[in-house]
Amino acid sequence: MSTGIRKPARKIDLRRYPGFVHLAVFCMIILYAPLLIVAVYSFNASTSITLWGGFSLQWYEEVFFGLESAKFKDAAWNSFTIAISAAVVSTCFATSAALGMLRAGEFRGRPVSFALINLPLMVPEIVTAVATLIFFNWINFERGIGTILVAHIVFCIPFAYLPIAARLEGISGIYEQAALDLYATRWEAFRLVLLPLMAPGVLSGFLLAFIISLDDFIITNFVKGAGVETLPTAIFGAVKQGIKPNIMAISTLLLVLSFIFVTLSWLIGRMGTDSGRAAD
Amino acid sequence: MAGGVSSSGGHSVSSAYAAVRNWLLAPSWITIAIFMLGPVLLMAVYSFLTKEFRGGVLWEFSLASYDQFFFDRGLFGDEPPKLHWTYLAIYLRSFIQASVATLLCLAIGFPTAYFIATRPASTRMVWLFLITIPYWVNLLIRTVSMKFLIRDTGPINEWLISFGLLEAPIKMVNTDFAVQLGLFYSYLPFMVLPIYAAVERYDFALSEAAADLYADRWTTLWLVLLPAVRPGIIAGCILVFVPSLGAFLAPDLLGGAKNFMIGSLIEEQFKGAAGNWPFGAACAMVLLTMVLVAVFLYARQQAANARGGG
Repeated sequence: MSTGIRKPARKIDLRRYPGFVHLAVFCMIILYAPLLIVAVYSFNASTSITLWGGFSLQWYEEVFFGLESAKFKDAAWNSFTIAISAAVVSTCFATSAALGMLRAGEFRGRPVSFALINLPLMVPEIVTAVATLIFFNWINFERGIGTILVAHIVFCIPFAYLPIAARLEGISGIYEQAALDLYATRWEAFRLVLLPLMAPGVLSGFLLAFIISLDDFIITNFVKGAGVETLPTAIFGAVKQGIKPNIMAISTLLLVLSFIFVTLSWLIGRMGTDSGRAAD
Repeated sequence: MAGGVSSSGGHSVSSAYAAVRNWLLAPSWITIAIFMLGPVLLMAVYSFLTKEFRGGVLWEFSLASYDQFFFDRGLFGDEPPKLHWTYLAIYLRSFIQASVATLLCLAIGFPTAYFIATRPASTRMVWLFLITIPYWVNLLIRTVSMKFLIRDTGPINEWLISFGLLEAPIKMVNTDFAVQLGLFYSYLPFMVLPIYAAVERYDFALSEAAADLYADRWTTLWLVLLPAVRPGIIAGCILVFVPSLGAFLAPDLLGGAKNFMIGSLIEEQFKGAAGNWPFGAACAMVLLTMVLVAVFLYARQQAANARGGG
């Protein structure tokens, strides 16, 4: 680390560039202004979208109990079912793949294997969407929840893989070796020693896979059957008619959900890494 | 350096995993090979098939899709082929918009990443956290929020009018400006994070050395810092450019019908009125080729860097 640098006896701080702080603040404003303004207006009592008419929860009430609530509840149910299933499956696959890639020593097909696992990250979403649609159509597989789930599992694998692999790379093999030396079976050494150590990475991967699945619009839009909606496709359909206040309320709820998930993933990902960092 | 040889910790652990390596990797391999690699190859085949009415295909080899994409043979198809600009123009415009979005993201993203990386550890985490959140917030919701903000009756126009700064609203939605803004806004966090990672690893002793040799700070930035963090910059550019090129939500929601980009063109072949699957597959193939060329150039650059730095 950079602790060895002597304290500079200069008048100016070499690390500082004038104007960079303003650009950083500008960057944050650009990123957050639209989201925060929508969140604020979602509590607007006025029926006019842009004029402020006082604080109210009526649009949230409409989301949960209003005319369109059944549609959005179905969509939310589909979204969460798919996201949880896709995240569970892709996290299991990714954990297993990370062990195969990082714990099993060097092997010849490693670059190819790495490229294959990360393929869904390299291909543009719209291309994946088209290709998956053509594929399901070709094998005559009826489009619906099942096709969405399969497509989601595929593109969630690399997202789950990245934090799991990052975590696994920082865990030395000596702990499992110690367990084996103490007559643990290989399975026990994995289950009782390695798995708890890599658990934060696995959880992090799970949360990211979940949120990525929940967020997906383009691929879902292509592979979903008629009448099957997830939250993003339902929101997209509604937005085509205009941005109504209930859409703003749903957006705010999803924003809060993303915030919670990122925070959890962040906290879990950092759990116990300090000792690992010091060893770097 | 970081990491080092960590796999040396006893051969029996790694041999235990090595024995089942293929079983460990198989679920991911098989899933991605069948449902990702296979479909992309099938799509390549489809782009050479003949279109049937109502969106189907006939299994007859044909170059019609690529012909339609690149050439104009007149109304009856018997004139000598000329370059056909309708589709090429869409690709060219998408390419330009994606490039501009990448440059804008770089112009804002680099100073931001640098600023965050040079904060003390305590505040750095807060900044980093703030930049990570939009990264994971639903892109659809972010795009809709931007549309809400800039539309004719949106807060920006209403505020400016109520302060008397404007007579009539500025028309921003359904313009190229809105698409450009949408792309920039959508992918900005993708630029910041890799550059941050690169600057964090940068050894500021190099800047010290440059200053000792009478370089001013901008010369140092240009000749020392930028070359040192170039891999991060290139990674950020790829992460912005590739999704911008195939973007669907920003052009569709912010651009309207006149501001077609590649994503909308492809979508229309499958979901819209056009209903020409082989042509849609061909459009997707052209896009995929452009992206793979970019990724290939990046990989070659990385390999060259690794050799040069090795």
